[in-house]
Amino acid sequence: MREDVIRAENLTKVFNRSVVAVDHVSFSVREGEIFGFLGPNGAGKTTTINMLTTVLRPTEGNAWVMGFDVVKQAKEVRKVIGVVPQEYSADEDLTGYENVMLCADLYGVPRDVAKKRALELLELVDLIDFKDKRVETYSGGMRRRLELACGLINRPKVLFLDEPTLGLDVHTRAAIWSYIERLKEEYDMTIFMTTHYLEEADALCDRIAIIDRGKIVAMGSPSELKNSLGGDIITITIKERADVTEVIRGCENVKEVRYENGAYRVKVKDGEATAPLIIEALRKRGYTVVKLSLTKPTLNEVFLEYTGRALRDAEESKESFIARRITLMRARRR
Amino acid sequence: MSSAKSVSESRPSLARGLRALLLRELKKWLKDPVMLVMLVLQPLIWMGLLGKALNIGALFSARNINLPQQIPIPGDAVLVPQGLQVVVLNGTKLSQFFAGLGSEVMQSAFGTTDYFSFMSIGMVSMIVVTTTMFSGMSIVWDRRLGFLDKVLSTPVPRAAIIFAKILNATLRAMFQATVILALAYLLGLRLSATFTPMNILGVYAAIFLLSVGLSSIFIAFSIRSTRMERPMQFVALITMPLMFASNTFFPIDLMPSWLQAVARANPLTYLTDAVRQLTILPTDHVALAWDLTYLSAFSAVFAVIGVLLSWRYLSL
Repeated sequence: MREDVIRAENLTKVFNRSVVAVDHVSFSVREGEIFGFLGPNGAGKTTTINMLTTVLRPTEGNAWVMGFDVVKQAKEVRKVIGVVPQEYSADEDLTGYENVMLCADLYGVPRDVAKKRALELLELVDLIDFKDKRVETYSGGMRRRLELACGLINRPKVLFLDEPTLGLDVHTRAAIWSYIERLKEEYDMTIFMTTHYLEEADALCDRIAIIDRGKIVAMGSPSELKNSLGGDIITITIKERADVTEVIRGCENVKEVRYENGAYRVKVKDGEATAPLIIEALRKRGYTVVKLSLTKPTLNEVFLEYTGRALRDAEESKESFIARRITLMRARRR
Repeated sequence: MSSAKSVSESRPSLARGLRALLLRELKKWLKDPVMLVMLVLQPLIWMGLLGKALNIGALFSARNINLPQQIPIPGDAVLVPQGLQVVVLNGTKLSQFFAGLGSEVMQSAFGTTDYFSFMSIGMVSMIVVTTTMFSGMSIVWDRRLGFLDKVLSTPVPRAAIIFAKILNATLRAMFQATVILALAYLLGLRLSATFTPMNILGVYAAIFLLSVGLSSIFIAFSIRSTRMERPMQFVALITMPLMFASNTFFPIDLMPSWLQAVARANPLTYLTDAVRQLTILPTDHVALAWDLTYLSAFSAVFAVIGVLLSWRYLSL
C-alpha cells in the first residue's frame, strides 16, 4: 500500500470573511505521482498551494503533507517540501548560483552538501554556464529552470509547482516539461502542480483535479476524465443523399447520432474500434463513405462539460494581476 | 544518484538564515551603483542647497548690517540727563557691535555660530529616517514578487526574515549617515574642541538605536500593504513634520510651546542632539546621556511592538 503523500480534507480559505477562494476541497495525492490542479485563473489553485506549503492558514479543514499537519507541524512540512512559485521569485540582482545558495541557507542544507548540490542542479537544468550571470539577464525559460533548481536544493519529498510554465512560449513550455520529468526521475519525488494550460495537465499529470470557483468538480487521470465524457466523436460524410441515422445508430458502441452541415456527428465509445464497424454497416446497405474523421475528446471538452464554460481567464484580484503582469513581462524578455 | 533519505537533512538556523537574507539585501544594494550614487547625491543636494542657502549666521554679519557712518539721534530720546541736543553714533562701530551680538545670538540659540554645521547634523537625522523607511519598504516588493511567500514556505525561522530587514535598514542608514558626515566635513563642518575620533562610535550607537526602532515599526506597517503606494505616501507624509517638528533645522526653544511639546517627544530631536553633542558642540554629558536614554527607550519599545506585529503577521 502506498501512503498518501498529501491529504486534504474540506480545505477551505475565506479571505476577508467574504471571498471564498477555496471551498471545502478534499483530495489525496499518492506517492510518486504528478497530481495537477487544473482550472482558470482565480479558481483557487494558488491559494490551495499556499495552504499546503504553510504560507496561508486554512480557514477550515485540514491538510497533511508527508503525514505532517500543515498548521500544527508547519515546520516539519517546510523541511520536506520544495516550492516553485508562480512568480519569478529569484532575486534579479543575484547570480543564479547565489540564488540557489540562498535557498540552501534558508533550508539549512549543510554548506558542503549545498555547494555540491547547487552545481549538480544547475547542471541538470542546463544553467551551469550561466551560474555566475545575474538573473536579470536570464530569459523566461532560464528563470523557470532556476526556480526549479532552487526548489530542489533540499531534496524535497514533495515538490509544489505553481503554474510552472506561465507566460512561456510553446517551445519553452515543452522544454520545461521535460526538465520536470527529468528532475522527478532523478529525485524520486511526488509533484503537486497547478496549471491553467490543458495540454500541460494532459502531458504531465498522472491525475488531475479540475477546480472551478474554489471547488473540485472532477478528479481522475486525464484519460479517465476524457472517457467519462462518454466517448469520441466520429464525423462521417456519405456520397448518397439519404438518411442513414438509423443504420449508424444500429452499430455497436454508438451513443448518439446527429446530422449537422451535411455530415453525421456520431458520439461513440472507443472510436478506433467503432469507426470500421460503421463503415462496414454502411457499405453493406450500399452507401459509400467519402469522408471520415475521428476526434478524441480533450480536457477542454472535459472542462466544458463539468463547469459549463470554456477554460478562460476568470476575474482575478489586482494584486495577483500585477504579479502576473510582472511575471509575464519577464517571461517575454529574451 | 542516491535516493532521498527518510529523515530530512534540513537544519534551519536563525543565524544562517539571517546572514543569508541580510547578505542578499546588501548584495542587491551594492550591485546597483546608480542607486548608490543617487542615495549619496540626495543628502548632498539637501545639504549643499539648504545648508548653504539658509545662511542664518550671515544675517548678522557686519556686511549685512549696513548702518550709515553717522546716526543722529535726538538727545531726549535716549539719554536720561536732559540738555543734550543730539547724540551722534558711530555707525561702523555699531555694525561691528551688532555683528558681534549676532554671533552671541547664534551661539546661544544654535549652540554654534555656524548654521551649516548645525543643519548638516540635522541632515544626518533626516537621512537616517528616510533611508530606514525606504529600506523597510522593500518588504512590499518581496511580497509582490512572490519572494516572501517562497521564503515563508522554507523552514527558515520567521525571526530571521524580520531581523534581516531591520538590520538591512539600520546598516544602510549608518552608511548613509557616514557619507553625509564625510561630505559635510569636506564642505566645511566645524567640529568642536571636545570632538575625538571615539565620538564616532557614539554617533553610530545613536543612529543604530533610532534606526532599529523606526524600521521595526515601519516594517510591521509595510508588511501588511500589498501596494507600494501606501508606505510611500506614509513616508512622504511623515518625513516633513518629523523634520520640522524637531531640532533638525531650528532650535526647539524658539518654537511655540505646543510645537515644543511635539518636538520634545520626537525621537529625531534626540538623535540630532546626540550627534551634535558628539560632533559640533562642546559635549554636554548630561544632555548626551539623556538623549541616548530616550533613544534606547524609543528603540526598545518600537522594536518590540514592530517585531511582534510582523511576527504575528508572518506566523501561520
